[in-house]
Amino acid sequence: MSVTSLKAKLMQGNQACAEGAIYAGASFYAGYPITPSTEIAEILSERLPQVGGRFIQMEDEIASMAAVIGASVTGAKAMTATSGPGFSLKQENIGHAMITEVPCVIANVMRLGPSTGGPTSPAQGDVMQARWGTHGDHPVITLCPNSVQECFELTVKAFNMAERFRTPVFIMFDEIIGHMRERVVLPEPGQIPVVNRKKPEVGPESYKAYEPVDETLVPPMASFGDGYRYHVTGLTHDETGFATTKPEKMAAHLQRLHDKINNFLPEVVDYEEQSIEDAEVVLLAYGSVARAASRAVKDARAAGLKVGLIRPITLWPFPGEAVKKAAAKAKAVIVAEMNLGQIINEVRVAVEGQAPVYGVLRADGEPISPTEILAKIKEVL
Amino acid sequence: MRDHWEIRFGGTGGQGLITAGVILAEAAIIDGKNAVQSQSYGPESRGGSSKAEVMIANDSIDYMKVLAADVLLVMSPEAAKKYCPEVKDDAVVIIDSTYVKDEQPVKGNVYRVNISLLAKQEVGREVVANIVALGVLVGLTKVVSWDALVQAVLARVPKGTEEMNKKALQVGLDAVKGLIDAA
Repeated sequence: MSVTSLKAKLMQGNQACAEGAIYAGASFYAGYPITPSTEIAEILSERLPQVGGRFIQMEDEIASMAAVIGASVTGAKAMTATSGPGFSLKQENIGHAMITEVPCVIANVMRLGPSTGGPTSPAQGDVMQARWGTHGDHPVITLCPNSVQECFELTVKAFNMAERFRTPVFIMFDEIIGHMRERVVLPEPGQIPVVNRKKPEVGPESYKAYEPVDETLVPPMASFGDGYRYHVTGLTHDETGFATTKPEKMAAHLQRLHDKINNFLPEVVDYEEQSIEDAEVVLLAYGSVARAASRAVKDARAAGLKVGLIRPITLWPFPGEAVKKAAAKAKAVIVAEMNLGQIINEVRVAVEGQAPVYGVLRADGEPISPTEILAKIKEVL
Repeated sequence: MRDHWEIRFGGTGGQGLITAGVILAEAAIIDGKNAVQSQSYGPESRGGSSKAEVMIANDSIDYMKVLAADVLLVMSPEAAKKYCPEVKDDAVVIIDSTYVKDEQPVKGNVYRVNISLLAKQEVGREVVANIVALGVLVGLTKVVSWDALVQAVLARVPKGTEEMNKKALQVGLDAVKGLIDAA
């Protein structure tokens, strides 16, 4: 695989993810290879050593996630990549990274589940797992590319958001996007900003690891090895990092984890609209299915039907306001996704009964085609 | 000349059809066009069904999968049965007659070429059947320029096999030369 030249070329989604990680300044990867994400590991095993980084193939997915957290605590930008079965195994440690506020990126190239399911079959069945896979109340940032170009750009963004908000960030591809090859034009260094975590401005003696110092509510993060000693625990803790069971401290901790993201939703939430202004039928689709939906919109418009598309780029936080606004003028909303009904429920919540919500749902390892979506449009109009 | 091509390769895992799809997409990029290549295959490394799809266009490409093929290449009886009905009326349909013996009720312009047998007998190794097939396909359709195809093949194949692969392309082209001239 040729990975050195950074100009217009044919590139695979997984490869673009790996190159995006390098662009964002990633210096550590730990993982356990799994179809259909393996190319990310394969390419980073070659690329990371070239830029002074480290690649470790761990004994399993649980250890991979633990190693990613450890590396990030020392100051490295760290990631792992997996598919459904591995995403399940990583959930406990993902929760640990959330409560300890450790920046990291987890790529999940979705295949048909549950369990081993269909290793080479495309699916979008992990999107609710991204939201609620680890236990307890927690905010989540999840990005979802629909092209190879976006695999690159959103991987950079995932690292930037992980660093900005001190939180794990998911980037979710379906198998089609991960394995698809497409023409891409990669940016020059510096063309996309690269964000680095805020470091403490005080000395080790007055550093409180979990005390926010400004309106971002994100505490500056010292790197282990820099002389700052602090406690990292999965127990609910106060600003010193030590565990607490005081209700007011527990509440404040959990609230801050939410507020540090929810107070900045305009900075986080991202989506794309196509022909939505006068749409009587609003489609919602993400990942590879959004490409089929985009084609269906064009075919429908050519046939004189007023159809538009909302494509969430952040699945979480979900762009519910945009959906609500579009639904207010619509006769029907159609959600197309490669599962038996997951994001459709989020759409129903956002629509608030303003229009009926229909699904084009499929979980048989086959992609959803523009023809199927168009047939549903004609059925509901 | 079409400005949007939907091209599908169907066969058996191990025949190199996904590689052929990648090479064709790379040749399109070399020609300055837009291209998307996708695939579908079983969990087996050899022997399961395998499908590669390439979309080539002068402008942007929405959907990355073939709905009705402009060009179809089939190299197994199963693929022929499954994909021959899903082509446009004026499609170019290339059938590897080494493995596909039965008549298929197909639309389009059908070309039966002994692709795998030619690879074995004329080039010396059946493993280059995918490259012979690309010679046939580009010879018939001119979907990419011949120079771009040669360049893309040489960039993708293992070192030391360049001459064999160049020969494979030529064998494919020669196999359909008479057909093109007649057409």
